[in-house]
Amino acid sequence: MIQVENLYKKFGKNEVLKGLDLNIDKGGIFAVLGPNGSGKTTLIKSILGMVVSNKGSIAVSGISIKKKWKYRQEIGYLPQIANFPGNLKVKELIRMIKDLRQMPSEEKKLIELFQLEPFLDKKLSTLSGGTKQKVNIVLAFMFDCPLLILDEPTTGLDPASLINLKELIQKEKAKGKTILITSHIMQFVAEVADEIVYLLEGKIYFKGSIEQLKTKTNQTDLEHAIAAIASTPAHA
Amino acid sequence: MLKILKYSFYDLIRSRWSYVYFLFYLILGFVLLFLNNDVSKAVITLMNIIIILVPLIGTIFGVMYFYNSKEFTELLLAQPIKRSSIFLGQYLGVAGSLTMSLVLGLGIPFVLYGLFKSNAIFDFTLLLVTGAFLTMIFTALSFNIALSNENKIKGFGYAVLLWLFLAVIYDGLFLMSLIIFKEYPLDSFSLVASMFNPIDLSRTLILLKLDISALLGYTGAVFKKFFGTNQGLILSIFMLILWTILPIWRLVYTSKKKDF
Repeated sequence: MIQVENLYKKFGKNEVLKGLDLNIDKGGIFAVLGPNGSGKTTLIKSILGMVVSNKGSIAVSGISIKKKWKYRQEIGYLPQIANFPGNLKVKELIRMIKDLRQMPSEEKKLIELFQLEPFLDKKLSTLSGGTKQKVNIVLAFMFDCPLLILDEPTTGLDPASLINLKELIQKEKAKGKTILITSHIMQFVAEVADEIVYLLEGKIYFKGSIEQLKTKTNQTDLEHAIAAIASTPAHA
Repeated sequence: MLKILKYSFYDLIRSRWSYVYFLFYLILGFVLLFLNNDVSKAVITLMNIIIILVPLIGTIFGVMYFYNSKEFTELLLAQPIKRSSIFLGQYLGVAGSLTMSLVLGLGIPFVLYGLFKSNAIFDFTLLLVTGAFLTMIFTALSFNIALSNENKIKGFGYAVLLWLFLAVIYDGLFLMSLIIFKEYPLDSFSLVASMFNPIDLSRTLILLKLDISALLGYTGAVFKKFFGTNQGLILSIFMLILWTILPIWRLVYTSKKKDF
């Protein structure tokens, strides 16, 4: 689904990605993990074409994304910080995105699932952080895209919505979609992810299943395994 | 692009500032006509205001809109839309709504007063056309500044400085150079120098069309000979178009390379 080859990205003097190679197959849930500042968001934004890489290539569905934009038709993206134009109403925002995308969408079900009906006529600037995140989720999931990229999807969600989100992710996976998630909540990762991609200092440090990670680090739970991974030598 | 343009345009039309700007011109138009009681004289007074105010409003609106719509832009960047469409759409939305406020705000009082029956209709049209150009030029310049500066305060500062330079300081330098080099023939120099500043260019263009160039002495005569002809008019309009296209081109070019 996604092939990243030898990707380099610098922001000024700060080298964030240093020759990153990554191959993500179609179908399944991939968790992109790594310490703060390891380049998770930069990687995701590079795939989306929001960040222009210095060197290297990215291909989505086998086609290089350089200077292209139509491939984003296949991606549903949930940004890390839900920044919306504040003077729009929730309803108007959803309508606008639908109008821009021109794809069949199922926002009604999602609005019902996250109980957003009372907020539809409210302006986005008046919503709480959690409610904004729910709107964010609706926007990312309402189209039928084969690739979903979720950057910290759990931020600000209450337990009930978190359960809904997990169910939603599993449902999408059952449809054969590829889902990329970043999160710092290891419990959440352990529950949903099929495979772990661990980023360290701008490179892929580990890629494999949770079980492989645990055996590699000799830890019994994921949280400790992740904390220990950076101290174990690579390819051990 | 048209969809982005539509949303930016509606967003601005709904905002209070567009109305304030529109009402300002509406009131200005009525007051000037009431006080002058003559379309031609009102056009001259209006020119002095437009030449300074339109660039200022274009600059400040452009920078403000660009920074305020950061979230909107980020949302759009993740959608299947071309980058150039996003920025061109937003730019045209701002420039379009400002131009509309200007044209309608001034057009309505003058038309009601009987513009179509007076012979100042050409002067008035020229005034509106240069006003529209100035809006487009300064909005494009301010978008460029905002795109290149993440820091809002810096971006705002540069934009205001740019306006101050082109509206005030440039004239000062121009005048000083005329005084220092007064021993030399300066007609072509001043002609060229006024081409490099859209505000000066617009001012000269309108002044000379208004038949008051006799007040300007010898240089005025040279200018009149140049700007008064069709050739001069076409060249000036061409320069204004160039002033509009270059910043728009840079806007598209820079936006393609920027990280968000």
